Amino acid sequence: MSDLWNAFEEAIHLIVSLDPDVMGIAWRSLWIAATSTAICVVICLPLGSLINFNKFRGKHLLLSLLQTLFSMPTVTVGLFVYVMVSHSGPLGMLDLVFTPEAMVIGQTLLIIPMMLGLVISAFSGVDKAIMETATSLGANRSQAYIINIKEAKFPMMTAVAMAFGRAISEVGASMIIGGNIKGFTMTLTTGISQYVSMGMIEKAFALGIILIFMALLINIAIYLLQKQRNYVWFPS
Amino acid sequence: MKKFAIYILTIAMVLSIACTSFACSSETETAPTPTATPGGNVLPKESRVQLATTTSLYDTGLWSLLEPMYEEEYGVELDILYAGSGIAFEYGRNCDIDVLTIHSPADEATFIADGYGVERIPFAYNHFVIVGPADDPAGIAGMSPEEAFATLAEQQSSPFISRGDNSGTHSKEKAIWAAAGYNYSDITSSGAWYVSAGKGMAPTLLHAGEVGGYTLSDIGTFLANQGDLVSLVDSGSIMLNVYSVIEISPTACTNTDAAHAANMVEFLTSDEVQDLIDNYGAAQYGQSLFSACFGNEPTE
Repeated sequence: MSDLWNAFEEAIHLIVSLDPDVMGIAWRSLWIAATSTAICVVICLPLGSLINFNKFRGKHLLLSLLQTLFSMPTVTVGLFVYVMVSHSGPLGMLDLVFTPEAMVIGQTLLIIPMMLGLVISAFSGVDKAIMETATSLGANRSQAYIINIKEAKFPMMTAVAMAFGRAISEVGASMIIGGNIKGFTMTLTTGISQYVSMGMIEKAFALGIILIFMALLINIAIYLLQKQRNYVWFPS
Repeated sequence: MKKFAIYILTIAMVLSIACTSFACSSETETAPTPTATPGGNVLPKESRVQLATTTSLYDTGLWSLLEPMYEEEYGVELDILYAGSGIAFEYGRNCDIDVLTIHSPADEATFIADGYGVERIPFAYNHFVIVGPADDPAGIAGMSPEEAFATLAEQQSSPFISRGDNSGTHSKEKAIWAAAGYNYSDITSSGAWYVSAGKGMAPTLLHAGEVGGYTLSDIGTFLANQGDLVSLVDSGSIMLNVYSVIEISPTACTNTDAAHAANMVEFLTSDEVQDLIDNYGAAQYGQSLFSACFGNEPTE
């Protein structure tokens, strides 16, 4: 027990003294997940509107498929992207394998189904009366859509926060695509995995504390956003 | 309206953080300025060389020592992939790395025969040991490796933790089973006592320590990650463990950095590094963890 306590104390010391290794790893996790989330938003917002506001055959099937892909295993995404960007694969000439940029691609692919599903859910969760009122007041179709989107901003922000949370805490894709290279592609999650398996518990604790802290911040943000308008989200 | 603005601002902030971090390199190590050293090549600053290493070289801390030396001498970023020899060969066949350091002579020969490797250059060696709990419940202390394995397989009372990852150590383990007269697939299916860990060397040693089991390890990684384990069997010519460096063939992999790979061979076989390897760990562990080859193929 005293070993664990010592490790914990050392971990706090590493964090408080802004140990460059630990801080570098934390920053890397943060920017990779943030970039993936940003790209995902840019993709999912228009795509989500397109899917939500149009009737088409197979829409139900698509929505069910998206919900299934919410919890797509991270290692599957990692395997897929690795095979694609490996030099023996179709995108090999881009020299992306074992780089953080490839990890961004992997995480983006991972969270697209989730964010898309949540965005569509957010849009469709808006009271139909709002679009009808807007139209009756003279809004054309795109103006009505924009009003609908604006009404959905709280559940959308929740979607962004949840997607970011998923991205930053995944380990499978990052490990396979990035190769967990110290100083280049090691993230909080892959680092914890490695340090634990090698018995370097103080470093694992340090990274773990930071990761939990970040996840906590995300969850507090989600909670506050949901509380804003007594909005309770559940999948439709 | 105010809330919508906040929403837009948040997205903009996230995007700008993302963009600035793309602009700044994601590298935490400061890229060294290229220097012209006798025998070293001056290379562009953004160069990276990928090396896959067997876990035992990494777990002893040897690479932590050699990596900054190599980076400074050749002015390039070295990316080290922690992989068992099995995965290292896979990466090599996929042309995702430039050079590898492994210790699986039979597989190395196949790799080179298949055209992926240039040549096999031994640069260090030590020997394997069978390690286990201090009280040695299976009573294998002092036996020959083949006898010890046979005893463990007959008794099946103490766990044996196998690397289970087609690494050099795993290949050696399979060789010992064969020398002891066992069919390896019989061993793997013979019961819960035989654990296929699928982990690197230090994690496997940790695992063995946790469950009071036995495992095969190279002496270097063992000394650096001993825990409560003790060395029980260390004799036998089958226990020789030779580490080699292999450059990935530029004909098989056109994207590979042959210059960097050649630098790595030159680096590892240089007198300075050979001396360093030969004495590595002597102060801390009472004996050096490796012996340097000094240009010769080790026989014992």
